[in-house]
Amino acid sequence: MACIKVDYDKCTGLGICESLAPEFFEVSDDGNLTLLEEEAGPDALDDVREAVAGCPTEALSLKE
Amino acid sequence: MASHLVVVGASLAGLRAVEAVRKDGHDGPVTLIGAERHLPYDRPPLSKAFLEAGDEDPEHPRFREESHLAQELGVELVLGEPASGLDTAAREVHVADRRIGYDALVLATGARAKSLPGSPDLDGVHTLRTLDDAQAIRAALDAGARTVVIGAGFIGSEVASGAHKRGLEVTVLEALPTPLGRAVGEEMGAAVSQLHHRNGMDLRCGVTVSAIEGNGSVEAVVLEDGTRLPADLVVVGAGAAPTTDWLEGSGLELDDGVVCDEYLAAGPPGIYAAGDIARWRNAQFDGDLMRLEHWTSAAEQGAVAARNALDPASAKPYATVPYFWSDWYDSRIQFVGIPRGDEVRVVSGRPEDGRFVALYRRCDHLVGVLAVNRQAEVMKYRAQIKKNITWDDALKFAAQREAAAQDKAERAREGEHAAAG
Ligand SMILES: Cc1cc2nc3c(=O)[nH]c(=O)nc-3n(C[C@H](O)[C@H](O)[C@H](O)COP(=O)(O)OP(=O)(O)OC[C@H]3O[C@@H](n4cnc5c(N)ncnc54)[C@H](O)[C@@H]3O)c2cc1C
Ligand code: SF4
Repeated sequence: MACIKVDYDKCTGLGICESLAPEFFEVSDDGNLTLLEEEAGPDALDDVREAVAGCPTEALSLKE
Repeated sequence: MASHLVVVGASLAGLRAVEAVRKDGHDGPVTLIGAERHLPYDRPPLSKAFLEAGDEDPEHPRFREESHLAQELGVELVLGEPASGLDTAAREVHVADRRIGYDALVLATGARAKSLPGSPDLDGVHTLRTLDDAQAIRAALDAGARTVVIGAGFIGSEVASGAHKRGLEVTVLEALPTPLGRAVGEEMGAAVSQLHHRNGMDLRCGVTVSAIEGNGSVEAVVLEDGTRLPADLVVVGAGAAPTTDWLEGSGLELDDGVVCDEYLAAGPPGIYAAGDIARWRNAQFDGDLMRLEHWTSAAEQGAVAARNALDPASAKPYATVPYFWSDWYDSRIQFVGIPRGDEVRVVSGRPEDGRFVALYRRCDHLVGVLAVNRQAEVMKYRAQIKKNITWDDALKFAAQREAAAQDKAERAREGEHAAAG
């Protein structure tokens, strides 16, 4: 299991993470990010890794 | 011997290129060549947070420290001097009097702001592409400049809204009858521009600038009808053009960017392109040639191009649903997909209220979505475009989301009632 961490001070709600891994990330209309799942199993790991790498503000990290 | 990767252009795409191959464990030499003296930095904040008022110097939007790049990633940095040529036969890049040999090459020299043809060389007249530009604009805003923005595109509009937020006198001039036509289509360009009117901005469309006047420093912008707008700061937002001049004569196909296949390969062995400079075949849209000027694709292409350049045998194509955002006043504008189509339909909210979602149809498919202050919606549609959803299904999807949203609003109201009662 890998654990996802969000730095909410850095996140600006751009939602790239959501488009890459919608089961884990969801942005609301006011731009707040909700982490739907904190742990990523092996099946989802690639998507989550992409989301972490894709975040423009580097707000996401993954502890594997 | 392990291959030498050379990356030309030390910005977003170039940085992601060198980071990706190091992450993959490439242990050969890596050289990053950049024309600017700055370490790689992030551009979107330059027209947004960087221009905000504040006593302190705003943070340099640098991505990485020099020690990280040089020591941890083991990248040779060649900064402050542009590459001047490419010899594909000798496999060399020319920088000043150096010839830098490569096995794999990533071209990431991005784009340059266009200036107004014939505009004089006056202090106070700027385009906005680099950190140096942003620092000069910020200093002028700090000094309370009367500001004229020429071009109501995204960057011009962001600068205008930043100056307006500081309470400065700002005018935005647009040559076309409606702004943003190329970016979001004419109909929606008009809808998005309402954000300016709603915020009390003086936006004038269909006007031609006949002269920028001044004596050493800018003093006024004169329009064709004789109107004279006094100005201490003029920001020209006339779009950008790919930085390919240094590749003239190299034999690469240059046509509004470096023309590439779906793998971002530019033709000659080992050469790939990434970011604002790359015009490649996007398999997501029938292999149409596209050149984007968007953060997300520049970052992704940097990584893909470098990996493909080092290991062409297992090259992966790069296909994407384009995405960009822009922040004006307190609104966020987001677009996914492509803005060209046969029909645009607003499926949620109303442009007049500054909150809406519009869908773009091409033939019988959904190809684009514009969202203004609807951050919860836009990425759900990006996923649908990626799946190549039909127009009919897209409308059904929209109706479902609309019903769900109303339901939620209803429940929230009931909740409030219950709490109040
Ligand atoms: C003010 C501003 C705001 C923006 N806002 C947004 C936004 O909100 N959302 C969004 O999606 N996108 C935005 N963008 C676009 C985004 O920043 C670009 O898509 C991205 O920077 C492209 O990265 P790149 O590495 O391809 O090119 P660039 O960032 O243009 O970098 C190219 C680099 O190559 C260097 N170079 C040029 N010629 C040579 C040479 N001959 N030799 C060596 N080096 C050379 C240049 O100096 C430059 O540093 C914005 C851009 C600007 C300028
Ligand atoms: S991509 Fe990054 S900034 Fe955007 S919503 Fe996700 S975490 Fe936040």
